[in-house]
Amino acid sequence: MNRIRKYHEALLEATDLCLARDPRVYLMGLGVPDPKGIFGTTLGLQQKHGARRVLDMPTAENGMTGVAIGTAIAGMRPILTHQRLDFALLAMEQMVNQAAKWHYMFGGQMRVPLVIRMILGRGWGQGPQHSQSLHAWFAHVPGLKVVMPVTPQDAKGLLIASVEDDNPVIFLEHRWLHNITGHVPEGHYTVPIGPARIARAGKDVTIVAASYMVLEALRAAELLAADGIETEVIDLRTISPLDSDTINESVSRTGRLVVADLGTKSFGISGEIIARVVEAQLASLKAPPGRVSAPDYPTPTSPALANNYYPRAPHIVAAVRRQFGLPVDEASLMVDNSIWLDVPDKSFTGPF
Amino acid sequence: MDLKQLYYEMLRIRRVEESIATLYAEQQMRCPVHLSIGQEAVAAGAAAALKPGDQAMSGHRSHAHYLAKGGSLRAMLAEIYGKATGCCGGKGGSMHLVDLAAGFMGAVPIVGSTIPIAVGLAFGAQLQGSSRVTLAFFGEGATEEGVFHESINFASLKKLPVVFVCENNFYSVYSPLEVRQPRHREVFQQAIGHGVESHQADGNEVAEVLRLTQAAVEKARSGGGPTFIEFKTYRWREHCGPGYDNDIGYRTPEEYEHWKALCPLERTRRQLLAAGTAAAELDTMQARIDLEIAEAAAFAKASPFPTRESATQPLFAA
Repeated sequence: MNRIRKYHEALLEATDLCLARDPRVYLMGLGVPDPKGIFGTTLGLQQKHGARRVLDMPTAENGMTGVAIGTAIAGMRPILTHQRLDFALLAMEQMVNQAAKWHYMFGGQMRVPLVIRMILGRGWGQGPQHSQSLHAWFAHVPGLKVVMPVTPQDAKGLLIASVEDDNPVIFLEHRWLHNITGHVPEGHYTVPIGPARIARAGKDVTIVAASYMVLEALRAAELLAADGIETEVIDLRTISPLDSDTINESVSRTGRLVVADLGTKSFGISGEIIARVVEAQLASLKAPPGRVSAPDYPTPTSPALANNYYPRAPHIVAAVRRQFGLPVDEASLMVDNSIWLDVPDKSFTGPF
Repeated sequence: MDLKQLYYEMLRIRRVEESIATLYAEQQMRCPVHLSIGQEAVAAGAAAALKPGDQAMSGHRSHAHYLAKGGSLRAMLAEIYGKATGCCGGKGGSMHLVDLAAGFMGAVPIVGSTIPIAVGLAFGAQLQGSSRVTLAFFGEGATEEGVFHESINFASLKKLPVVFVCENNFYSVYSPLEVRQPRHREVFQQAIGHGVESHQADGNEVAEVLRLTQAAVEKARSGGGPTFIEFKTYRWREHCGPGYDNDIGYRTPEEYEHWKALCPLERTRRQLLAAGTAAAELDTMQARIDLEIAEAAAFAKASPFPTRESATQPLFAA
């Protein structure tokens, strides 16, 4: 029987459960105990688990990341939250030079069990500094694990797995996923960090996506089905370590690969995924792999400019059609100002 | 710890650093080294204020802090030689010393970066109900880093059991303090703005370093919160490497000679002799130390390099 919950409720359940199960776990972030509770993901936790273990913090991303690392090597298991990934850029030094390297650099003597949650913004004028998808930056750093679940079930299971992992994990939540619904099993379970998931099976083309782009890929697969193209959609769930095996196995059957990514195109994960497939099985490719990503310029704020910034299902459809030599109506990929594409659904009325 | 023991600790640090400077010419220590010669009193005095369960962290110039906190000399030299028996198994080198058994929780060469981590150790102690105190060693350059201010603000906010020990040696590499911080504001005054008790003292007077740090440690342990102490001292050798760099023109010979005359070891030696300690006893100390260093260096040199296969691990904790 399905137990339908929202994505933000799944994250709340996971955090509540981790706090209840392990006294070493604590949760810290700007706004964690405030009335909005990080988009509902931390609501009521301070009342339930106390102000010692669920706490607000100074607006000091880098310093507080270091503090979290210090408590982690002292035996605690911190969860640190940032309301936007863009804010966490202030903490790159502690994440990249310290958290990622302490285990290796000191010869395995110390562990840094640290989860850093970050939210990727989109739409409603989030603009240049509230909407960046820089998962590739973190994935580029050896020693960090990077997860970005799309379903409520995976959100809960991967957050629990991240908290129970003995290493630093960057946990990325797309803002447009917080209100989606899905089956969420009750109680404790984990979704392992690493393995991807076949979100839809198909024999003609493989679309690799993560986080919110999985939803766009599934919409694209529906549209392509009308043309008789059977699409396989791989939901990466984890960006690093990347599940090359699942991708390669799929492409070995379909011979076609399109990567749909939230990040900007150049030097992103799409290039990495395609490189791994080309290295492994160039001969099985029936067409050059395609990339669907954000364009290589900052996110503009005006809805009139942002409307055509984010990649959507039609762009994925077009990339697949090109692989089959089918005509693509380029003009149809652009929208005018008669419709605003800056909200995930009608329930979203801003402001962030 | 009495003055004679403090002298021993300082002399040991001095002799280790001088031995590294000598051995460096053999080109077998293949990593940067930042020597603490001239600054021994801060390390020896501050570490002496800590109890065995207490913890310390440091930055790029950390040999003295590591040794004063009780870090293994063998493991440190082996690490500098890049050997498998080193304190990081060869992964870290001179700039990444660690000895968990001794409570020396790590050093890194990004200026100021262990300050928040040390504050985190103190926060962890508070969360865990532990009575341990954490001491953060850093230079005055680190007080220019944003992360220092973020960290001391949080330590002040939560009244954390941490002591901030700032070694002011007046230079960040070759950049003097006057091009980096306003002349009309002393380094230690920054901490006052964060609501933290703060002191300034002579960092070449080991008994004074111990006295001030001991008071700060006791206050931290009893729930009184953090203290900041600025100790003025001076680096004799070059910023990085075994030699001297007075010839390149960033500081004057007069300044160098002034500080050399304030040698923390000589001052303590004079005090001990005046108090009746026999010179022969102090000279025996050096012979004993040199023997220990020779043995440790031989151990480090004879130790095997890490295997090629070990380079990939341990990336993640299992």
